[in-house]
Amino acid sequence: MDRNTQAKPAAPPAGSAAAPAAAAARPQAGPRAGEEAAAPRREGRAAGQAGRARRPRRRGERGPAASIGLHLTLLVAAFIAVFPPLWLLVTSFKPKSDTFTLSLVSHFTLGNYDHVLNDTEFLTWFGNSVLVVLLTTVIGVLISATTGYALSRFRFPGMRPLMWTLLITQMFPMAVLIVPLYNLMSRYDMLNRPSALVVTYLTIAVPFCAWMMKGFFDTIPVSIDESGRVDGLSPFGTFWRLVLPLARPGLAVTGFYTFVTAWAEVAYASAFMTGEKHLTLAGGLQTFVNQHTQDWHLMTAAAVLIAIPATLVFGYAQRHLQAGLTAGAVKT
Amino acid sequence: MADAVNSLPGAVRTAEPRAPRPAPARSPGRLRHRLATYWYAWAMVAPVVAVIAAIVGWPLVRGVYLSLTDADESNVERHIGVNRIEASYEFVGLDNYRAILRDGDFWDRLGWTALWTVSCVALTFLTGLGLAVLLNRTFRGRAVYRMVLVLPWAIPAFVSVFAWRMLFNERNGILNSLLEDGGIDAVPWLSDPTWAKAAVVAVNVWLGVPFMLIAMLGALQSIPAEQYEAAEVDGASPWQRFRYVTLPGVRPVAMTVVLLSTIWTFNMFPVIFLLTHGGPAGATDIMVTEAYRLAFVTSPRDFANSAAWGVLILLLLVLFAIAYRRALRRQGEVW
Repeated sequence: MDRNTQAKPAAPPAGSAAAPAAAAARPQAGPRAGEEAAAPRREGRAAGQAGRARRPRRRGERGPAASIGLHLTLLVAAFIAVFPPLWLLVTSFKPKSDTFTLSLVSHFTLGNYDHVLNDTEFLTWFGNSVLVVLLTTVIGVLISATTGYALSRFRFPGMRPLMWTLLITQMFPMAVLIVPLYNLMSRYDMLNRPSALVVTYLTIAVPFCAWMMKGFFDTIPVSIDESGRVDGLSPFGTFWRLVLPLARPGLAVTGFYTFVTAWAEVAYASAFMTGEKHLTLAGGLQTFVNQHTQDWHLMTAAAVLIAIPATLVFGYAQRHLQAGLTAGAVKT
Repeated sequence: MADAVNSLPGAVRTAEPRAPRPAPARSPGRLRHRLATYWYAWAMVAPVVAVIAAIVGWPLVRGVYLSLTDADESNVERHIGVNRIEASYEFVGLDNYRAILRDGDFWDRLGWTALWTVSCVALTFLTGLGLAVLLNRTFRGRAVYRMVLVLPWAIPAFVSVFAWRMLFNERNGILNSLLEDGGIDAVPWLSDPTWAKAAVVAVNVWLGVPFMLIAMLGALQSIPAEQYEAAEVDGASPWQRFRYVTLPGVRPVAMTVVLLSTIWTFNMFPVIFLLTHGGPAGATDIMVTEAYRLAFVTSPRDFANSAAWGVLILLLLVLFAIAYRRALRRQGEVW
């Protein structure tokens, strides 16, 4: 019941292009803009109040105090948002002895990175993560695209139960599935194999992606399918050759979602993968700081290396994300 | 055969409203006909159905079964070298549930989970809405602020949690160093139950605000400007505009993101697991981390109890979703 709306929260950024533009345009646009600019602002407090009662300040206009308050609040918020990752980055260039110093730069060194890359299993973990995430993304996007297309275009027996199942699966806490999955994996000897994680991550990604792709396909005119059918394409041919290429933004969004989810998953990865060679990054990062070791300096370097790909993907996908989520959210 | 005309193979959905569901087919001829009609649709959804059945349906059934047994590390089926040891756990009925519900620990966990969920969601929502209102204006540097404020979303949560753990470090973390410079005693951020709870909530809010911010910003921007103009013409004060135009305008999106955020927070695993490991002495363990701890951290691993916790968690979520839906229905929202 919530899936349909899940796309919605992000939908609004759709308007973001239009709305702020409109808001920005207004102050200059109105014929009253000129008269308003100088007149009431300078008057005494009482007069100002009276003036405001008649014609309140328009949106987008502030007194200097409000302006300072606005920027101050946002600066504080921005500082809080940036500081932890920034400090991670700063610390990663400090030697072990200076890890907890307060200065921004002290004895700048790349030694932590050198050690992490060459003297730990970091690259193995990185490879494991990339393998798992790529497989999950490709498989997940592909099968959720076909499902989304079927849900969007065909009416078939079992359709409504399937949609409900997808919705409910989305809500499932990992705590319900992790124990039985662990036992099944152990029975079929799949523990410590990437395939175990790929299969598990599909359950996290596919329900959401299928809903999302359904939303996308809903926005693609049915007449395109019809013309394809008239020209003699099979339903699969229509899907593969005509509709899928048009849904590329949707594929980007679902792919992005799957990538980010799988890259940051901790619980299954920690439970299913043991032994230094098999860890993914989420497990690997934990090995630097635990009961036995306190290698904060190495942890920071590894953390930065882990965050970079995710941040790049996020930054790249952000543009697609807004357009994509919006398209997916439009109801027909 | 009437609907056969409508549902020619490959007939694409048209704009007309959904037709009533066809009467259930019984005769074998009808079945073959339906197979011929729908096989491509079924083929397209088959992979997803297979995945869900195999990795969600089957484990769910097994999980419920395991929760009714006394399975633990020592008696489940396992491999030692090439030898396979058969499972030897036994069916014990509802004993696990009875034990859990009688134990005071369950109610402690439930209470803390509720407090954790409510405080995280409330703080995240209020902060997100507040920042969105601030950002929903025109001023210099708006895009930069927005980008910076979304940054916590772009970084994998487990990385950020480690960053916070470093800041919270009791002996030499930067927070305590700054406090000591200011002449204040060091705060035991992660080793005192109350402070640890505050710390995990703070980190989770930090992680959750960007999503709220983007969602609420979108909601704000979808409010038609005419409504504000009308309010201004009527002489509404800024507060009145916020109260009577903004809040009703963002309500639909807010309801959705609050529901989502509640479910995510309730199920939030990495923050608590990585920041405090549920400590000190289990003080910050919510139900999800408790279930995980029973099965994968404590020794011997207690699979049966963990599965029982999992089932209880699922039941709570289902109850919550039903109640939420009821509440929405009563207020006239249909979905």
